[in-house]
Amino acid sequence: MLAFTIRRLLQAIGVMLVVALISFTLFRYVGDPVNQMVGLDTSLEQREALREQLGLNDPVLVQFARFVTRAAQLDFGTSYQFRQPVVDLIGRRLPATLELSLVSALLALLCGIPMGVYTGLNRDSLLSKLFLTISLIGISLPTFFIGILLIFLFSVTLQWLPSFGRGEVVDFGWWSTGLLTISGLKALILPAITLGLFQMTLIMRLVRSEMLEVIRTDYIKFARARGLSQRSIHFRHALKNTLVPVITITGLQLGSIIAFAIITETVFQWPGMGLLFLQSVQNVDIPVMAAYLMLIAFLFVVINLIVDLLYFVVDPRLRVERASH
Amino acid sequence: MTQIPLLSVENLRVEFPTRHGVLTAIDGISFSLREGEVLGVVGESGAGKSLTGAAVIGLLEPPGRIAGGEIRLKGERIDTLSPAALRRVRGKRIGMVFQDPLTSLNPLFTIGDQIIETIMTHLPVSEAEARKRAIALLDEVGIPAAAQRLSAYPHQFSGGMRQRVVIALALCAEPELVIADEPTTALDVSVQAQIIHLLQRICRDHRTAVMLITHDMGVIAETADRVAVMYSGRIAEIGPVRDVIANPRHPYTVGLMGAIPTLSGDQQRLTQIPGAMPRLDAIPSGCAFNPRCAQAFDRCRRERPALMPAGEGEAACWLVHTAKQKAGEGETA
Repeated sequence: MLAFTIRRLLQAIGVMLVVALISFTLFRYVGDPVNQMVGLDTSLEQREALREQLGLNDPVLVQFARFVTRAAQLDFGTSYQFRQPVVDLIGRRLPATLELSLVSALLALLCGIPMGVYTGLNRDSLLSKLFLTISLIGISLPTFFIGILLIFLFSVTLQWLPSFGRGEVVDFGWWSTGLLTISGLKALILPAITLGLFQMTLIMRLVRSEMLEVIRTDYIKFARARGLSQRSIHFRHALKNTLVPVITITGLQLGSIIAFAIITETVFQWPGMGLLFLQSVQNVDIPVMAAYLMLIAFLFVVINLIVDLLYFVVDPRLRVERASH
Repeated sequence: MTQIPLLSVENLRVEFPTRHGVLTAIDGISFSLREGEVLGVVGESGAGKSLTGAAVIGLLEPPGRIAGGEIRLKGERIDTLSPAALRRVRGKRIGMVFQDPLTSLNPLFTIGDQIIETIMTHLPVSEAEARKRAIALLDEVGIPAAAQRLSAYPHQFSGGMRQRVVIALALCAEPELVIADEPTTALDVSVQAQIIHLLQRICRDHRTAVMLITHDMGVIAETADRVAVMYSGRIAEIGPVRDVIANPRHPYTVGLMGAIPTLSGDQQRLTQIPGAMPRLDAIPSGCAFNPRCAQAFDRCRRERPALMPAGEGEAACWLVHTAKQKAGEGETA
């Protein structure tokens, strides 16, 4: 297992290098950064001086090596747009996005798994049909529409919850959290539901179909024949056997939730990375885009690594020990 | 014998409602088992052997359902019990061994987990006592180094070893009856005999009755006290094993016996029963076997024979009836 982990870590470094190459190419081929930074009336000499100062005249390989070394030290340069270090910009936005993503992923898991188990076991009950209908809506309605619908219902009509922003936040060093204040929690509810609804329906449907399959297997029949309690059969013996695909999908989805929180963040004016990314695209703010790309790739790599390790925890057949045969 | 049988099945009917009408998979079968007795149930695939077992232990797959008859365990009806009460019968009073040991154990739990959980579901013991009992059980079914193997996963055992674990699991709450549904079919021939002997030995030691479902007449001959031959969801013949094998009364049983190769090779060819068992939606009227029976006559096609005494057992065949009548006439004349 240690060898496996090391192998996966080496692979992860490979992936990160490739992503770094792609982010780096952004600098080379998407517009001229100097044009973005200076005004129309800047003289050619000044432009050239800036070019030299930014190291844009060095050979490509040297520039790439410099980019990678700096990235490894979390130095992604200065935002063209805000004239601030990119790390600070992202660092300030990261907690908002991570909190939103994790809460909505948790919401999706905590609702999706029990609903999936229930609908898998009680195929013909009225509640199952209701869940499936809701899940159809969750899958087919676009995120922004659900967000607007929720705002209309809970913010405009009922005036229960805020329609935008993060509420009050508490700072722990560079991490600002909205989870500790009432207004912060209230502000989190609607965006978390909006972002998590699709994942929830996906997980529910996945657990349901896995459950339908597992419940027909011999070991579940044998568990029934041994008179084990329904709860143990369903939530211990059956559910654990549905977990491998659920872990895979949840892991991948968590990555996408973080990466594509953009729409939800825009609808709710959530001060997260998605909003920052949109602004940086509009303003061709390449250092921010490059850093964002690297960060998301890093998150995906980390999540995938965790997913792979979780397989080992769940399924003993993958822990290859040839000792006892 | 006035003693109440351990298991008595009266007129059991199992039906499957389908879109094209109701299929009757088991059609009015009756049999009983005494304590500690081994009853073999044989027949072709689809004859209703496994369904009978599933109906007794209350594990028919929906939409299959018991449509009639009674199942009694020591005189107490168990086919009408609530699901919760039935669950206390399963595992505790009736154990079950399935066909395929490779798939009957949950791959994600250690065998210790599975045995201890089952013991603690049925017996009022602490986890430490359950563990001790689990080790003793594994030891009894012949798993070497039982204490260490408790923390092993099913995939770390061979097929034969897994079937031993399955037997330990079926027996861990000391049931009065074990239903063994083709317990050796999925195993290597070399392992089959071991498992059958193990099952036989353990059930004799614990005075557990066994309903041994198989299509292997050899296994029945070796282990069972009595045998029930099933055909198209009905019992064709039931009686003491030696009598049924030596003197089969029902032409179907005769055919079955003729289809078993002997080691001595006396027979030149194996006899073959022409045709195939009818599908459930096309069971002929009268005796279900009549289209394949060389000796069928009018009455066989018109009227369904009930089980009637024949030799030391019973057979559902009009030939038996006519033979009796003739014998009766012979006596009066």
